[in-house]
Order: sequence, then C-alpha cells, then structure tokens
Amino acid sequence: MNRFHTLFRDPDARAFIPFFTLGDPDWETSLRIIDSAVQAGADALELGFPFADPISDGPTNQKSMARALRAGSTFDSCTLLVAEVRNRFPELPISLLLYYNLLFCQEREGYRKLAEAGVDAIVISDLPMEESAYHVDCLKSNGLGCVHMVAPNTPRDRARTLFDESDAFTYVISRFGTTGADSRLSDATIEHVTRLRAVTEKPYAVGFGISHPDFVRQIWDTGANGVIVGSHFSSMIEHNPDAPEVAIEGICAFIAEVKSHSEARPVTL
Amino acid sequence: MTTASWERTFGELCYGGSYVPESLVHVLDEVQKAFLTAIDDPAFVSRLDKLHREFGGRETPTIRADNLSERWGTGLFLKREDLVHGGAHKLNSTIGQILLAEYMGKTRIISETGAGQHGVATAMTAAKFGLPTDVYMGVVDIERQHSNVRRMQLHGARVIPVSTGRGTLKDAINEAMRDWITNVGESYHCFGTAAGPFPYPSLVKHFQRVIGDEARRQMLEGHGALPTDVIACIGGGSNAIGTYTAFLDDPDVRLWAAEPAGTGLDGTNHAAALTRGSVGVFHGMKSLWLQNEDGQIAPTHSIAAGLDYPGVGPELVELMERGRLGVITVTDSEAVEAFEVLSQAEGIIPAFESAHALAATWKLAKEDRDRTMLMCLSGRGDKDLESYWKLSEGNDE
Repeated sequence: MNRFHTLFRDPDARAFIPFFTLGDPDWETSLRIIDSAVQAGADALELGFPFADPISDGPTNQKSMARALRAGSTFDSCTLLVAEVRNRFPELPISLLLYYNLLFCQEREGYRKLAEAGVDAIVISDLPMEESAYHVDCLKSNGLGCVHMVAPNTPRDRARTLFDESDAFTYVISRFGTTGADSRLSDATIEHVTRLRAVTEKPYAVGFGISHPDFVRQIWDTGANGVIVGSHFSSMIEHNPDAPEVAIEGICAFIAEVKSHSEARPVTL
Repeated sequence: MTTASWERTFGELCYGGSYVPESLVHVLDEVQKAFLTAIDDPAFVSRLDKLHREFGGRETPTIRADNLSERWGTGLFLKREDLVHGGAHKLNSTIGQILLAEYMGKTRIISETGAGQHGVATAMTAAKFGLPTDVYMGVVDIERQHSNVRRMQLHGARVIPVSTGRGTLKDAINEAMRDWITNVGESYHCFGTAAGPFPYPSLVKHFQRVIGDEARRQMLEGHGALPTDVIACIGGGSNAIGTYTAFLDDPDVRLWAAEPAGTGLDGTNHAAALTRGSVGVFHGMKSLWLQNEDGQIAPTHSIAAGLDYPGVGPELVELMERGRLGVITVTDSEAVEAFEVLSQAEGIIPAFESAHALAATWKLAKEDRDRTMLMCLSGRGDKDLESYWKLSEGNDE
C-alpha cells in the first residue's frame, strides 16, 4: 500500500512536506538535513534529483541543484540517498520530483531501482499528461504512485482528469512562474487553490512560492491536504555554506512552528 | 483545408512532442489554434506576404557562384538568405511569429538568441509592430557577438544577460522559458528555431519553408534543373528544414546537414547532436541531445554561436534516421577557411554558421565533381568580423 494513501486517509489531514534537493550541499550533509527535518515533524518528503538545466526552477533551486551536481550527485548516488532515508524511516511517505530526461535515460530499469529504494510516488515537472503514457506504464508496473501537476491555468475539466489520474496525491502549483520563495501569498493563489477543493475530493498538496509558516496555515485553511516548501529551505542551505547546523536549526524551527498549527482546524462560525 | 504541414511527432520513435510544465500546456494549445486559424485567414496571409516583400526584402536570389564553381569543377548555387533584411534567414520566422503574436492579442515578446541573429530579427520586427521585447542571451555570446547586442538595443529591445551554464544558447532558452512560465498571459515566446515543444517545430518550418520554395523554383527557372544536392548548416535547424522542405518529394535530390564539430568530435568541444547525440527529452521535445549517461545536458562548443546548441529539431532527426538526410561534420577551422574562401572568391562574407555549410559543400565537391549543389547561405558574416580578426591576430603571433 502506498504510504501516501495512509497519510491522506483522513480527508482533513494537514500534511507538511518539505522539499530538498538530494545531495545538496553534499551526500552526507543532505542526509543529515533530511533526517533532521523528519525528526522535527515532516509528514512526508518531496525529494528532487538535481538537473543542470531546471527550467521550472528559480535561481534558489537552480543553485541548490548546481551545488548537488558539483558535489558529484548522480542518479545512483541520489537513489542510494533515498534508500538510506527509507531505511531510517520505514513508514514515511516519500515522493520524488524529477525532470523527465533524468528518468527517461534510465529506461525501465530506473523505475525499478527507485521502487527498490522505497520511493512511493513520482512527479515530473516537465511531463504533461499527453506525453506520459510510457512513464505511467513504468510507474504502474513498479507499484509507484503517479503524481500529476495542476497549474493556475489548467482548465477545470482537465484538472479533474489530472486529479483522477493521479495516484498518491496531486501536486498543485500555487501560481505562475518558477519555484522560489515569495514574500507574500497572493489573493490569486488563495482563490485558485480554494477553487480546486470543489473540483475533487482526492488529496492534493500545494507548492511553489510558500516561504512562511503563516502561508502554510493559510493554504491548509483553503482545504488543501498538504503544503510543500522547498526554495525557502534551499536558501537556508545556500546562506550557511560553512555551517549546515545553522540551516538545519532554521529548517527544524520552521517545521516545529508549522506543526504547532497543524492540529488546529479553522473555526467555522 | 489547412495549408500547414502539421505533425506533433516525427517517425516511429515519436521525436518532437510537447514535454513542458503544466503551466505551458494551455499556452501552447492557444498558439497552435491561433496559428491554424491565422494561416488560413486571407488577411493574415496577405499581411505576411506584404511584410516579406516590403520589410524583409524577399524574394532573395539564388545565384551561381561562378568562381567557386570553376575552381571546384562543379555547379555551386547559393540561396542568398544573407540578403534578407537584418542579414539572415531568421526574419522569415520572426515576421510570421510576431504577426501571429499580434493576431493573438499578445502585448509583449520574449525571445532568446545565440549568434544574435534571431535576437536582432525579433527586435527589428517587434520594433515595427511596436511591441516591447526582452531577449535572453548568454554572456559568452554577448561577448562574441557584441555588435548584434547593440543592434538589438538600438531597436529598443532589452537584452538580458544569462550567466548560468556555459552562458550560451541553451542557457538563454532556459531563461526565456522561465520567463514564459511566469508571464503566460500577455507574452508570446518568439522561438528561434524549428525545435522546442509542439507546435514550434512545425510553426517555424512553415514560416521558413519560403527559402526552399523560392530556391526550388529559381533553380528550375534559372538553371533548368533541380540541384543534385542541397546543403544547409544545422544548429537547431530552422534554415535547414526551411530549405529542405520543398525538396522532400524530389527523391533524386540529396539533402545534407553541416554539423558543427568545433575543435573535434572527441570530448565536449563540439555541438554535433545528429552525429554524437543520444535520445533524450529537453527544451520541450524528444530529440537527439548531447548528454552524459545520467541525462545531464552536455556543454557544447562551436565557433558559430548560432550552431552552439546541444540538440536539434525533431524532424531533422527523423529525416536522418530514415536515410533522407546525410550529415557532414565541419570543424571550427574548416569553417573559418570556408569563410575566407567565399569572401575572396565571390565577394560575399558568410556568417560563421553558413561557412559550415560551405565547408561541407566543399567536401562534397572534392568527393564527386559531377554535382549541382544548392547551398543555403543563411546569413552574412559582418557579425563575425571581430571574432575573425581576433583569430587571425592570434594565428599571426
């Protein structure tokens, strides 16, 4: 059974899902960061394989991926890192985020390796539904969950299909643009995310631009089942090149604060 | 009935396609629908035709290169796209695309450029249409094509330097795509070559096929026969597919691609995607890419900034794999030699890109003299003079 199904069994679940680039800033430190984030209360993980030309990513995650690649990250080293995380946290839902070429080049064998490492689900940032037949087939034959993305300009009917075709959960992109921490949460984002709750009862997680514990709470309050924060953490890693423990402390404090909100449902009058 | 030859994918391996983030799916759909409507709209077609004639200076001649023909003992004809306004074939596409952008009600143009020729063509066309334009350009290309940067700025475009990666065309396309993902509503991405996600390979081909359509007719009228060989240089491949398309149904006409071998095919100092690439998915399409075994796109090099790209348009891959298109690799130094040869023998300075095509043509002439060769002279070389002089000074020391 896919671990995300367990996580989202409760339709009122408020999951917090941090994103980390695997191997940033290096294999060992990356493991420490991920380990600490889970200890601090992360409900699931979204882990990215570094790609040198990430067109959906803003400068922060571009730099994060560049650091990981400079430190020698490869498909196999990232898979090994995932396997180690799985080894430490047998029940934790783990999803991967990749650019398609990284998986396409591995062919079917790559999917088998990821399943063996303990991955639950995979989202591809540059693979729309129309091109995904082979990918979906490989996921299914390896028992991996399929996560489609829904964008602000995805028409309602198409969104419904994407929700229906997703297994595990659906990744809702909060706004137009690349990944990156925003200083505020726009009204358009709140409206877009709120509207989707009426489209599906299936679980979805919202990502892109979310950088403050209050934003996480506001997104949860719209009825979203999960919130993903990535660039904000990559930026902490970037700004503490010689002191990863400072980044870890910041990440854990963020997660602890977020989790203190997660129990409280919004009061409806 | 539609007038476009319109394919989402090419060949059994389905090269091409549309591998883009979800935010762009709807946008590309919109471009495709608008394009199919526009090209059957008489008002659009007649404006396009007028722009080609009055703004672009079409049609361009196909001339016999008498001196080289005599020297090589073969027939050599040049399709003079260097005479298009702006100095390269790129304007054929930017006129069509920006007219389409206006047709769609878009108010801003995004573009990227390698050699600067597509950027210049975009900037001058957008100036005519009064549309603000941002052109992304790698810092290495800005350095080696500085005069084109100034030309774009003179036309009112903003040139945005891109310092990621190797600071060349691939990196500029990455940034242009990021911009488009961010500003999907009002912006039109004026893509530089017959590559990228569907519908761009077909759309750009449609606007570039005027090269081959004219040249085929000009060969029949002026020379009384079709060429035996048609040669074009390949970066992404827009001048190539634009030249070849008219000849695809002429089985006796052999098609040749001149690919940039840089300083040699060993290592990463080349950009020969057809020769050395492997199947991958990047920049919205399945095609051949120069990449490592992990699927990371490789750094590339060519002296010709317009050819310095790790991939190639999907239709060209399919043509090569079914044996319709032959590939000849040309090194930097062979291209520079051809650059000098054309300048001296015919009084025409070719772009470094087009010099690759001439070097390949030269190789064919050495192989077999009994040919009538038509080469697409895709652009003029003024933009490369600074680099050429630097090279010659370096060689003199």
